[in-house]
Amino acid sequence: MATASDQISPHEAALRERRREAMSVLASSDSGEIARHLRALGPLPPHEDLRAGENGMVMVRGRIGGDGAPFNLGEATVSRAAVRLASGETGVGYVLGRDREHARLIALVDALAQTSAHADVIERHVLAPIRARLDAARRTDAERVAATKVEFFTLVRGEG
Amino acid sequence: MLTAGFADPVLSAQSTFRAVLDAMARPGSVQRIGAALVPPSPFARGAAAIALTLCDHDTPVWLGADLAAHDDIAAWLRFHCGCELVAAPDRAVFAFAGSAADLPDLAAFDLGTADYPDRSTTLILQVKTLAAGAGLVLTGPGIRERSRLLAEPVPHDMVARLAQNRALFPRGIDLLLATDDAVAALPRSVRVTQEA
Repeated sequence: MATASDQISPHEAALRERRREAMSVLASSDSGEIARHLRALGPLPPHEDLRAGENGMVMVRGRIGGDGAPFNLGEATVSRAAVRLASGETGVGYVLGRDREHARLIALVDALAQTSAHADVIERHVLAPIRARLDAARRTDAERVAATKVEFFTLVRGEG
Repeated sequence: MLTAGFADPVLSAQSTFRAVLDAMARPGSVQRIGAALVPPSPFARGAAAIALTLCDHDTPVWLGADLAAHDDIAAWLRFHCGCELVAAPDRAVFAFAGSAADLPDLAAFDLGTADYPDRSTTLILQVKTLAAGAGLVLTGPGIRERSRLLAEPVPHDMVARLAQNRALFPRGIDLLLATDDAVAALPRSVRVTQEA
């Protein structure tokens, strides 16, 4: 089946993949953390809100098992925003929850990451520290859970 | 390049909705649209404000040739309204025409059905001038005796076209005339004659 992604250039595909990965890192973070890293970068290029942050809902679909029929599980609150830099790059942000500022900051980082001038700085000073913190938290959780792991097995009863 | 929508979505959409409502209730009256907006050229501010207020993912939108020729208008509508853009005028719930020359036969739009006349297309035509004055003479519901509307430029056979549309009543399209900062309505119930 031909989809839109079949017709894009390799460069465009790589950019999309990078944006997707950045989006998942930023969505797992929070607005305070992103804002702190952005502040450390110093003055940002001029930008405006293309779509001011707004709240809405998305229908979450679920299925039971790999072959179950899809059903509507329920609605989840999401926030979204779009930011455009003066140079034209447009960034979008979608995140679960009601934090509109979080969505706006994700959009801003997304826009900056598309510019050649800021992509490296954003990757090194915003995305990398957040990714490192998330990885560490995930590892700590995994270790704590692993320590309480219980193996169940049934002893073979003797003949009797 | 994509530009922003309403700076204050709720209040701007409410005031624009009120302007359209008043225009429809009093055909031929000129209502101000004050919403601050920078739509892509040549989309008039008033017409763009109406689009942001009324169009969403449930309303297929048709664009006249000179608006459709600008890709950024289509992109702007898709981004801010999330509406589907259709090529067939009779599938559209809202239709935007950039100029009088661009206006197809009114019967080309969805005229509604006898059971559901409300499902017809609402057509928004961009004009340069909109004022109370010599030009079209209107009578009908919502008008005390008669009202006069100067709208320029409109097709030279506007009166005949609107008479044909009136003859279909209760079916037929509703017409909104929009400039950068004003709107007037010629709903299907209005009778139009040209001032001698």
